[in-house]
Amino acid sequence: MKGNKAIAQAAINAGLQCYFGYPITPQNEIGEFMSDEMPKLGRTYISAESELAAVNMLIGAASTGTLAMTSSSSCAIALMQEAISAMATAEIPGVIISVMRAGPGLGNITPSQGDYFQATKGGGNGDYRTIVLAPATINEAVELTYKTFYLAFKYRNPAMLLADGMIGQMMEPVELKPFDLKIPDSSSWEANGVGEGSDKRPFRKLVSLHMQGDDLIVLNAKMQHKYHQIQENEVMYEEFMTDDADILITAFGTVARVAKSVVLKARKQGIKAGLFRPITLWPFPSKQLKSCATSKKAILDIELNEGQMMLDVKAAIDGVCPVELIAKLGGAIIKEGEILNKLVEISKNSPLKEGAKC
Amino acid sequence: MNSDGEKHIIIAGFGGQGVLFLGTTLAEAAIIEGKNTTWMPSYGAEMRGGSANCFVVISDNEIPSPIFDEADYGVFLSKAAINRFENTMKQNGTAIINSSMAKDCKLRNDLNHIMEPLSDISAHSSEKMLLNIMALGLLIKKTKILTKESVIQALEKISSGKKQEFLKFNLNSFEAGYNLIREKAIY
Amino acid sequence: MLETCEKLVFERPKTIQENYDYPFCAGCGHGIALRLVAEVIDELGVQGKTIAVASVGCSISMEKFYDLDIVGSSHGRAPCVATGVKRAKPDKIVFTYQGDGDAATIGMNETIHTACRGENITTICINNTNFGMTGGQASATSILGQVTTTTKQGRDPIKNGYPVHIAEMVALCDGAVYVERCGIFNPQSIIKTKAAIKKAFENQIKGLGFSFIEILCACPTGWKLSPVESLKYIQNEVSKVHKIGVLKDLT
Repeated sequence: MKGNKAIAQAAINAGLQCYFGYPITPQNEIGEFMSDEMPKLGRTYISAESELAAVNMLIGAASTGTLAMTSSSSCAIALMQEAISAMATAEIPGVIISVMRAGPGLGNITPSQGDYFQATKGGGNGDYRTIVLAPATINEAVELTYKTFYLAFKYRNPAMLLADGMIGQMMEPVELKPFDLKIPDSSSWEANGVGEGSDKRPFRKLVSLHMQGDDLIVLNAKMQHKYHQIQENEVMYEEFMTDDADILITAFGTVARVAKSVVLKARKQGIKAGLFRPITLWPFPSKQLKSCATSKKAILDIELNEGQMMLDVKAAIDGVCPVELIAKLGGAIIKEGEILNKLVEISKNSPLKEGAKC
Repeated sequence: MNSDGEKHIIIAGFGGQGVLFLGTTLAEAAIIEGKNTTWMPSYGAEMRGGSANCFVVISDNEIPSPIFDEADYGVFLSKAAINRFENTMKQNGTAIINSSMAKDCKLRNDLNHIMEPLSDISAHSSEKMLLNIMALGLLIKKTKILTKESVIQALEKISSGKKQEFLKFNLNSFEAGYNLIREKAIY
Repeated sequence: MLETCEKLVFERPKTIQENYDYPFCAGCGHGIALRLVAEVIDELGVQGKTIAVASVGCSISMEKFYDLDIVGSSHGRAPCVATGVKRAKPDKIVFTYQGDGDAATIGMNETIHTACRGENITTICINNTNFGMTGGQASATSILGQVTTTTKQGRDPIKNGYPVHIAEMVALCDGAVYVERCGIFNPQSIIKTKAAIKKAFENQIKGLGFSFIEILCACPTGWKLSPVESLKYIQNEVSKVHKIGVLKDLT
């Protein structure tokens, strides 16, 4: 099953009621699939007039406690940033699927990871955070799509599935497991009308403007507390052959697949390599990476961008070992041979910690 | 074949020749055989010029990347496809070539070429023959990367819910492609 | 008997909070328009299931006066947010309350597309022909010759282009069922405006489609006129350019 379709089907399985989108390659299959399937289920599909419109429709639908999402790619996710900031501020659980293409600018449609900053640091204003999950396989994309909805509602915060064009476009066998998470109840905050007679309750506001007195100071403190909780509780990552590794590769998304294969090949050549793959890009698994990196002699960070995640890697490990980078931009692909050569180079250049000859 | 047992197949031609369908059939057959597989198409604007290609990987192990630098097997249905992708073939790799569209092509001499005038056969046969599925038949017969039975099952699976004729054309074309080599051997 | 002689002729609509706070300037049209909307919601008995979509402009702080659930929107996107709310909860009553800066300038695209989709919502567009909240700059609807902080010599079509006639544009959209331009400048015009708002909400209750009510309102602060002069300005100047009347009625 194609990645884009699997993601769309997963969203439907999770209980998606409203989909809003605007075409952009390489995620068009999501909108096309939704246009077929959602009406059959009596659910909403709208082809919006722009990504601006789509993400604001998402705000409207999610404000009512309804499972809603939009999907898009790089330069069009850029258009949504104002709304994502507003969504975080108004604490609205919108889900955004971002299938990255190569940038900057309109760039091109080849696979890339150039939107790590855009997703994790955000292009919107203010001190907000977006929960970001990055799948490496289509099976994982399904699982993480489920998780994205769950986390968005659990924390009343925008959550994003960050895939690259390769995940979106490729096919591989998928097991579409049933949705087994329970979406947290929204009845205490959703905008659904104040009610009548004895059922009338005080009005609710889901807004991002807070002009009164200290309202915004209080809200920011509340949001930061929430972000702290997310960092404490929701970090996800994968470690592959890291225990005895000398060199640790850090990579996310599809690059980590290639890295995993290289780890095995390197070990055949006597180089003890391991892989640390962040699955939640925000919250970034900083503590876990630091403790994993502490006994290593070097980290090799590999990304389809100019080392955007490397900044988080460096901040996390706090200098416990040197960090090298393989960066590919503009749609170039990463070759196993190149990584292997780099691993050989690193292992020659720096002395091994155990049994090293000086 | 690669050291870790991965088979890299590249299929290329122009839009309408069924290049992507050929690839999905292979991937589906691989699943039927319980193997890991990935299928990665060219997409978006790249297809607007009329070219189409896809990468298929089949392996007994986890597949690191659906994109590869060197192909073990190639199916090239147009001249442009040969010109663009023949260079990505490994030495001694096997390339199925639609010779109807390979006139004046300078082919590498370190490959195992299977040349058949698939477009001409398709145009002149009394029954409807699909050139992509004939090419698939040739590929399976020649390389045995997957079994004939699993490919037929894959065609049946993909054709389910479609017109009965669709499956019939596919199965006939597959048989025709599969038997092209044998007939040649007899002659 | 004194009690029997007393007759309550005017009271605060239920939809307006008891301790409401209108943050508007003296002579501003918003206060009347917002009250009319509240009266209509009361009269139709839909307060309990109405969701108001606030926009960016002078009316942004709806929570200061409306006793309604409120969803905010970014500048110009109120019709999209309202679309999302309505599609998620089709049995609710959803309206946007926007200015001309919101609905006709930055959000024209959204206004037009929402109309074309025939979303079953109601849009109230307060047109005071300038950006009031930010201090009286020229907006898309400012009339030729109008003096604003960004057209100090008056709006000049060569330099500043021509005004947008948003209601006429909406009326061209097949999905819009009811489009009327009203004004708030004398008692009769207020009565007509309320009737138009009511019809627009009734259309939604009946599921007829998109209704758009543009209301020409005074902005004495932005226009640098007294409240009374502002009302005359609507009657004598603004309504000559943005003509009052029913532009479309398919109901």
